[in-house]
Amino acid sequence: MRLKLHVWRQRGPADAGQMVSYDMPDVSPDMSFLEMLDVLNERLTLEGEEPIAFDHDCREGICGACGLVINGIAHGPTRGTTTCQLHMRSFKDGDEIWIEPWRARAFPVIKDLVVDRKSFDRVIESGGFISVNTGSAPEANILSVAKDSADQAFEYAACIGCGACVAACKNASAMLFVGAKVSHLASLPQGRVEAGRRARAMVSAMDAEGFGSCTNQFECEAVCPKDISVRAIAKMNREYLRAGLLESES
Amino acid sequence: MKLDARIPDGPIDTKWERHCFELKLINPANKRKFRVIVVGTGLAGASAAASLAELGYQVDAFCFQDSPRRAHSIAAQGGINAAKNYQGDGDSIYRLFYDTVKGGDFRAREANVYRLAQVSVNIIDQCVAQGVPFAREYGGYLDNRSFGGAQVSRTFYARGQTGQQLLLGAYQALARQVGNKKVRMHRRCEMLDLVLVDGHAKGIITRDLITGEISRHAADAVILATGGYGNAFFLSTNAKGCNVTAAYRAYKKGAAFANPCYTQIHPTCIPVAGDHQSKLTLMSESLRNDGRIWVPKQKGDRRAAGDIPAQDRDYYLERKYPSFGNLAPRDIASRAAKEVCDEGRGVGPRGLGVYLDFAESIQRLGSHVIEERYGNLFEMYNRITGEDPYASPMRIFPAVHYTMGGLWVDYNLMSNLPGLFVLGEANFSDHGANRLGASALMQGLADGYFVVPYTIGHYLAGQRPAAVSTEHAEFARAEEETRQRISTFLSLKGSRTADSFHRELGAVLWDHCGMSRSASGLKEALRRIPALRQEFWENLRVPGSGADLNQSLEKAGRVADFMEFAELLCHDALTREESCGGHFREEYQTSEGEAQRDDANFTHVSAWEFKGLESPPEEHREPLIFENVPLAVRSYK
Repeated sequence: MRLKLHVWRQRGPADAGQMVSYDMPDVSPDMSFLEMLDVLNERLTLEGEEPIAFDHDCREGICGACGLVINGIAHGPTRGTTTCQLHMRSFKDGDEIWIEPWRARAFPVIKDLVVDRKSFDRVIESGGFISVNTGSAPEANILSVAKDSADQAFEYAACIGCGACVAACKNASAMLFVGAKVSHLASLPQGRVEAGRRARAMVSAMDAEGFGSCTNQFECEAVCPKDISVRAIAKMNREYLRAGLLESES
Repeated sequence: MKLDARIPDGPIDTKWERHCFELKLINPANKRKFRVIVVGTGLAGASAAASLAELGYQVDAFCFQDSPRRAHSIAAQGGINAAKNYQGDGDSIYRLFYDTVKGGDFRAREANVYRLAQVSVNIIDQCVAQGVPFAREYGGYLDNRSFGGAQVSRTFYARGQTGQQLLLGAYQALARQVGNKKVRMHRRCEMLDLVLVDGHAKGIITRDLITGEISRHAADAVILATGGYGNAFFLSTNAKGCNVTAAYRAYKKGAAFANPCYTQIHPTCIPVAGDHQSKLTLMSESLRNDGRIWVPKQKGDRRAAGDIPAQDRDYYLERKYPSFGNLAPRDIASRAAKEVCDEGRGVGPRGLGVYLDFAESIQRLGSHVIEERYGNLFEMYNRITGEDPYASPMRIFPAVHYTMGGLWVDYNLMSNLPGLFVLGEANFSDHGANRLGASALMQGLADGYFVVPYTIGHYLAGQRPAAVSTEHAEFARAEEETRQRISTFLSLKGSRTADSFHRELGAVLWDHCGMSRSASGLKEALRRIPALRQEFWENLRVPGSGADLNQSLEKAGRVADFMEFAELLCHDALTREESCGGHFREEYQTSEGEAQRDDANFTHVSAWEFKGLESPPEEHREPLIFENVPLAVRSYK
């Protein structure tokens, strides 16, 4: 099939950037979206142009490196799918496709479609863990964990840290990302000890990075490639408030 | 070059404990005077960096990805083995040890494998404490499943995303130390050379992938946890960024490279769809618990799978290996798939595929049970192929997945270069000629959490802390060489991209050094690779500059190293005149087509020393001694 692409090109952080159009005369429906960009990049290289920079690595939807806004939707039209798992059979002959990077103050553009997501790492560093040193763990089956709790923890732990939730949010809020980690660890007995401190530390770090607030539009859930529920945000708010109340009591 | 494996004396079950006692210690106040570089942040690298920082060392960690959480361990699906014997089905440390030695076709070092089995139980404890949400039974206790090459259920799992959950556990432990300022994390920063001072590994040269800045980093020891070299084949289940550069640069500086010909071809991957294919996707081996593998009995049977009645189907693994059936180890299952496709009985548009059929399990258990077990894998299959595996069988074909070979290490996981430690897939030590499913995660975490934190202290105790600075002439020399290489890439202005060279190299390797190998094919590959490499250095085109984010330049550097490494791979395969594990030489097979080992002549590790590109590498042999598991023909019949 024949497609027309409009791609965001930006030489560096200081460059204003612009959309540039490319014709794609022969796209196979079996190609992945990124394989289509590979084909375009090979062509641009041989034509003496710089290829389009985009992040990607595992190409099987789990590393969280890739992420493009495709026709205005983070990760494109297919629900529960990362950009790398999107295949061209989701498009039809003659389609025009607009491709842009994640846009958020906390995700500055590095080049073309590549953004800097170090802010996510810093939020995890502030408290997104259980403080246990190597070697100090007890025998694993000493602690019984209800299957429902373990399953729920898994649902939240499935977050791949891609940042689509931020890109989709009009406030560039990271509350689904942060909520997923807070909820993952708070769902498990071994994570309860630090639950309050964790929620408060991560929310402060999130605010300090310049992510916005949640106004309950649920755009984040709609684009999340791992279908993480906005219940994560409610759970985070609960942990955060509870920690505040406990603190004011003492 | 002298290879001393430093295997402790005494009975196998007490070697590690006694060795730990004999290792020198560094007191807590002195640990902070030592700096350790950790390259790679997958399971091995992240767990090592976190554990060393907890002990008090200063750590510099490096990854080329934009976050340490993206390392390719994240993509491991099926599970992690541990000898917990929670199922009471006869498992033990000794049985895990035995299965791993046998699964590796008697080409691994017994002492290392035994230690791996011993610490496997600690890994599960550690991960549970970190909050890894392993699958559980209704009673709240940990669940297990079975995996290829074993007759007990010892695999712990988190749906089909076990690698992700384990890596996030290690990443979070690392993040905690980054937050504590014990680890300096260098993201999007690629190691391009190793620096030796007086023969000891004392630093690395890196390129910042965003600014292009070339930097020197000095330390008291260097740990490489940089993964395998499966991407030499271009098409593999590895992430696109996986590369051999760090390990190969160490090899060129004198580190021995062991058994590069042991490459694992995974039997259950989604077949190639077209020429644009950029990578292959694995379908977890766990699917073989409930899926049955078959092809039509008749050559050229083009009927749809559902129209082929049972009597016209050949469930060839169940037929050939009745006791292990569809759970035969990976090397055996892959070769069997190749064999039926070579006979013209393959399925799918290219005839390069076999069916993995769930119809019977769905009927027996209900589709909700299958969905609970494998839902995410079925979805992934559907997204990639556009076909529904609940309605018709999956099509699968083998693909390059894992590499058992790697840099040679001793019992302390130190290479022959003092101060250079190698962990995880990047080393050669534990899997012999074939890795069993769910053992890669185990090894990566064993090395990082429970081995190197003990053994590195023994080396550092003999060193004066911060003895070398980046002002040393060796750093200047290595930096200059790196700069030269980058400017050469940019100046070539040829007419082919790095990707096109990589595809061609991959095709040569797949054809001649893939699932089956022969002397004539390997010699052909050894003729073609140097010619291709020569063209690469004359006709490569790298657009852009070295002073900003330039993914073409990154790729060129990695492909340049694959071009040289591929020759080493073929050379090793040609030298090993036997079939074992993932290394199948057509000349060495039984009358039934099974691999034929030559224990009299090849019960050794081949460790290769770089002798310059114009000369063949020099082979050094570490004999393998089997005192506990008697050498036997590996049978899964």
